[in-house]
This record gives sequence, C-alpha cells and structure tokens, in this order.
Amino acid sequence: MLEKAIKGSALYWIWLLVLLAVIGVGFGAYLQQLDQGLSVTALNRDISWGLYIAQLTFLVGVAASAVMMVIPMYLHNHKAFARMLILGEFMAVATIIMCLLFVVVDLGQPQRLWNVVLYPTPSSVLFWDMVVLNGYLFLNILIGWVTLQAERKRVGPPRWIKPFIYLSIPWAISIHTVTAFLYAGLPGRDFWLTASMAPSFLASAFAAGPALLILLAFAVKIFAKWDPGREAIQSLAKIVTYALAAYLFLIGCKIFTAAYSMVPDKLAHWEYLYFGLEGHTMLSVFMWVSTVAGVSALLILLFPKNRQADNILAFACVLVLISTWIEKGMGLITAGFVPTPMKEVLTYAPTGPEILITLGIYGIGFLIITVLWKVGIGVRKEIEAT
Amino acid sequence: MYDANKIIPGLIIFALFMTFPFWYNLGADAYSTPELELPEDYEKCIESTEFMRAEHMNMLDEWRDLYVRDGYQEYWSELKQESYPMSLTKTCMDCHSDKEKFCDRCHDATAVDPYCWDCHIEP
Amino acid sequence: MKNSRRKFIKIAGMAALGWSICPSLAGARSGPRQSENRLRADRWAMVIDSEKLNDEIMDKCIEACHKLHNVPEIPNDQNIKWIWKEPFYNLFSDQSHGYLKDKKSLPFLTLCNHCDNPPCVRVCPTQATFSRDDGIVLMDFHRCIGCRFCMAGCPYGSRSFNYYDPRKFLDDDELDHDYPTREMGVVEKCEFCAHLVDQGEMPACVEASEGAILFGDLNDPNSDVRKVLQERYSLLRKPKLGTDPQVYYLI
Repeated sequence: MLEKAIKGSALYWIWLLVLLAVIGVGFGAYLQQLDQGLSVTALNRDISWGLYIAQLTFLVGVAASAVMMVIPMYLHNHKAFARMLILGEFMAVATIIMCLLFVVVDLGQPQRLWNVVLYPTPSSVLFWDMVVLNGYLFLNILIGWVTLQAERKRVGPPRWIKPFIYLSIPWAISIHTVTAFLYAGLPGRDFWLTASMAPSFLASAFAAGPALLILLAFAVKIFAKWDPGREAIQSLAKIVTYALAAYLFLIGCKIFTAAYSMVPDKLAHWEYLYFGLEGHTMLSVFMWVSTVAGVSALLILLFPKNRQADNILAFACVLVLISTWIEKGMGLITAGFVPTPMKEVLTYAPTGPEILITLGIYGIGFLIITVLWKVGIGVRKEIEAT
Repeated sequence: MYDANKIIPGLIIFALFMTFPFWYNLGADAYSTPELELPEDYEKCIESTEFMRAEHMNMLDEWRDLYVRDGYQEYWSELKQESYPMSLTKTCMDCHSDKEKFCDRCHDATAVDPYCWDCHIEP
Repeated sequence: MKNSRRKFIKIAGMAALGWSICPSLAGARSGPRQSENRLRADRWAMVIDSEKLNDEIMDKCIEACHKLHNVPEIPNDQNIKWIWKEPFYNLFSDQSHGYLKDKKSLPFLTLCNHCDNPPCVRVCPTQATFSRDDGIVLMDFHRCIGCRFCMAGCPYGSRSFNYYDPRKFLDDDELDHDYPTREMGVVEKCEFCAHLVDQGEMPACVEASEGAILFGDLNDPNSDVRKVLQERYSLLRKPKLGTDPQVYYLI
C-alpha cells in the first residue's frame, strides 16, 4: 500500500519538500543542542521543563482523537466513522511519534535512553509513560494497517484484531492519565498536585484531538478531493463541544478551589498565570487569549446551526486548538514551576534553537500524517471507485 | 527478469554499501600492536597482565557500580596481597600516570573512545 | 546414572548459590572490600545551628564543598549549587510571619535534605538517584539520562542540571583530582560527602563550619545530633510534605 505515498501531485511534493526543509532546520538546531547541551534553551535551575515537555503533554492529548471514533463505532455501532477512522488512527501514530521525539530532545543524555529499559523502575511514572506511549503507538500502527489492508481486499477485518481494538480504548485513556500523573504526584508542586489533573487532561484531549481532526478533514476535502463524510464531521463536532465544556468546567473547578480557599501555595500559581507576579506578566497575556478563545469556541459550538456551517465550525476548531495549546503547551508547565520552591518568580521564554527544534518535530509529525493519510485516502478512493 | 533496470543497480548499491568498511580502509596502515609505556617502579598490576588486558573495562565497570552504588571502597588484590581504592584516578592512574602513553595508544589503535575522562581527571 | 546426574545438578546448584552469597568461600579471593575506616550510621542527619552561623562561616562551607566537588561557578540561572545561602523567609515561608523582622531576610545555609522518603528517588526512571541504607541520597552520574524528573520532584530546589559542559567554567589548574567533574546533561546535588564518610572523614562543610554544623547518627541516642535536637528547638523545611527531611535547623 505504501506505493500510494510516492505517487502524488506537484502540490503534494512541494508540501513534502517544505516539511523536509523545516525538519532540516530543526535538525540543525538539534545538532547545536547536542554540541552545547541544553544551555541553548531558556530552561534553568528553577524552570527545568519547558517547551519540549509541554508539547509532549499537548500532543498526548491530540493522539486521543482516534479513540473518540473507536468508541462510537465499535461499542455503539455508529457507522458514520467507518470511512474516517483510519485517519484518526494514523494521526495518533504521528502524534505519538512526536511525543516520543519531544521526550528525546529534552534529555540531557539521549544516548543513554536505553537505561530506562535496562533498569526498569516501576515507581517512576516516566517509566510507565514510556510503556503506555510505545504501546499505544504499536496498537495504532497494527490496527490501522491491518484494517486498511482488509478493506483494500474488500473483506472484513480479521477476527484476531478485535481484542486489540477493544484494548486500544482503555489504552488511549491510559496515555493521558499516566502523562497527567507525571505532574499530579509531585509533592511541593501545588499547581499540579490535584486529582483533577488526569480528568482535565482527558477533557482537553478530547476537545483538541477531534478539533484538529475536523480541520485536517476539511483540508483533505480541498486538497485530496475526498470527503470524509458530513455525518462523521458533525459527530466529531458534537464530541468537541461536550469535551470543551468539560475542559472549561474543570479549569473553573481548579480556579475555585485555589481562589476560595485562598491558600497561598495554591493561589500564587493562578495569580502568576492570569495576572502575573512581581512584574512577570508575559504568560498572563497568553492565558487570557486561551480563556477567551476557549469560552468563545464553546459559545459558538453550543448552537447546532453554527456547527453545521463548515466555515464557522472550522473557525471554532481553530479557537479550540489555540485555547488548549496555550493552556497545555505554555501555561501548565511554567506555572507549575513558578513561584519556585524558594518563592521566586521568573519568566520562561523559549530561545530560538528551542523553537526551531520544536517546529522540526512538528514537521516530522505532519510529514508522517501526510504520507499515512495519502495511503489511507488512496485506498479508500480505490475502494469507493469500484 | 522484470524491472531489471531497477533491481540490478539497487543490488549493486546495496552491495557497495554493505562492504563500505572494507573498501573505506583500503590502503590504510596495517594494524600493529601499539607499544605501551609501562610504569617503571612496579612489576605487577593488581591482576595478571592477560586478565587486565582482556577485562580492565569490565573491571572498571564493576568498580563504578560497587563504589558508587553498593558502598564498597577497596579492592583486595590476591596477586599483590594488598588493598587498593576502587578508583580509576587513585589506583590505575597512580601507576599508569601518562594517559597518552598508556591508555590512548591502545584505545586509538582499536578505535575506541571511552568517555571516562569526560569527568574523571587525568593526572 | 540418572541418580548421579541429579546429584551433580544438586551439588552444582548449591555451589552456585553459595558462591553468589559469599564469593570469598569459593576461592575467588580478589574482590571488593569495605574500608575499615568507614564511618557507619543507621541514619545520617545534619543539624545546622543558626546561632553559630555567620556570613563568613557560610562562605567557608560553600567554598570547601564546591572546591572539593569541582562545582563550577556559572554566572547565570543555569548554574549549579550544592550548598548555598538563601534568606530565612524563602526556606521557611510556611513557618514565618511578617513580624520576623530580623530573621526574615537573614541568610541561611541550605542543601539537599537527604529525605527519608525522597520524591527524587521515587520518580527517577533509571535509579540513577537512590537512597543508601544509611539514609544518604546519592547520584550515579554514569546512569543519569538527564530527564530532570527529579528536579520537578524535589520540593526544596536542591538539584542542579548541567546545562553546560562544567569544565568550561572550571580552572584546569584548580581541579580537585580526587573527585570527578560532571559531564553535560546530568543532574547533580549534595551527597553528604558520602565518599569522605566512607573513608572515615566528616563532610567538608561540617569540617569548615567551626562547629556550626553537626553531622551524626540520628538512631544513636548518644550522638551529638540526637542530644542537641532533644535540648533545643529546631525547624525542618516543609515537614508537611511527608518527605521526612534530615537537615535540621536549630533556631
């Protein structure tokens, strides 16, 4: 089936070249980081995780979109997703690969990565994160490839794949839960030390993942001349709406707990996040954008008429992505570290190399999505033409 | 054969690629056993020469775990009937004090690049 | 035949078991030993006497430690600290109030607390940081992958990461040859001078402190640290977190 990836229009090849250029620049920046160490980043003694780990956190969420189609389709026999499911699974493959790359570029000694396997440590959540991320990657490659191959031969998927499909549902939940537990179990980081971490990860994941999927589906409609189906997109839009409401609700719950209890250790992080402390206000500007974007998206999506208009739906999905990306990709990590254990307030603004490496990894992710979707859509077109 | 024009060049490229180490080293100097400068004041190392030649890297690897993690500090040498600190710098390099004329000569000849001295300080 | 083979396997098995428990009995005489001078304790603890500390002594302690361990001085926020000065309020913000005029901005010494229940050890994915039986929390620089989970896990900010190659900031002529430098990309912190303790010496900061820092076995009722903790009032950093820190501050 892979041969479908090497036959494409000029536009397809130009797009791949653009992505390769971005990847090349990112790789160059990574070579610089390997040479000079993480000193090329804006990370420091107090804010020891930043842009890279934040992208891991955000993208683990995006990888969930597949399961939001697997559940309706396999547990509730909702057939509208049958044509599109493969796209969700392939997107999960690409995002999980990005997640793993973001872990690797964050390491000070990446060549020792294998130590995690040589000295398995069940008490470390990072060990479990490695297990669940790799497991989810494997499941999605396996399920995606086997079902697509079966469809191409115009037979039903083999029976042995069913248990893997059912397994992928709790497994998708586990990747968010375990990633949230990276933070939620640390004493002394009051911003993260809350039981609502995993639920709010799941909520924002089920909003961001399907929102990105809707946008990419629209792109496919334009560039690949293939329509994933109106009903599928409308179902996804409903999922985004519910998940977005839950995500905003959980943020509200967290803010209430901190603001009403007025416990300084909790409250200070939220003050820093939304108002800034001691003149460090850079992050708060973004956080207001995030909140306004999230609330506006919800107000738009609540009305079925808006969801049914493609343009408005696409706009709302962009707002959802902006909101969740700022919240996970910028706010969550920095605000967990600031104020520091010594009550100091700092600003974290990623450096050029850090941003280039991040863009490079996004380039790899989009390259994988493009190639895999080319294959998936090529096969679907072939089936539907006959 | 179908597609012979693609398969045969492909096979040639593959064969060239797999034999890269051989033709890359064509014309390079033949391997000669490096000459090491041994410490003058001592006759024996803590274990036999054969053992040290074959096993010194494993010994150091064990030492670092024993010293750093398991709380052992010394190595009793049956050969010398004496205890030595389990330490690259305090024991090994106390006698073999010239890294360039001892460690490096073999390591260079066999193209290995141990990272011991990234942290441990040579005398 | 069958019987003798079974017997042979049995004997070989016992021998292997015996050898693994006590290799010296099997004739493998060369091997690791513990130093005779080694100081032993059930639970090492440190007591810092704020009455006896002053700026000069603190600087001496810091210098002794950082020189002994080849800790580089890096002039930005990607720096390395094993033991350093921090205002009282920053260390004990949950145990102070606005009218502590004198103490509030007073500098105190701080270092790794060598917790009994250390979060850094719990979160490390490779056991590169670990607790010894005598309570010292150590780093294995050979194994650290530089993920910095331990830095997020430590509630005391006691850990530093080598963002740079530390040798760039160290003078080659002033290196302490008995202790390694670190390489780029690993985490480091105070080790209660385990390497000195194992050779029968006291930690460097204790030696330099002119009696302001005590170090001893908390489980020994006759030790200096136990006695002074019974007699005088002391503080711990963030005791409510349950990490059970083992650096006590006499007030």
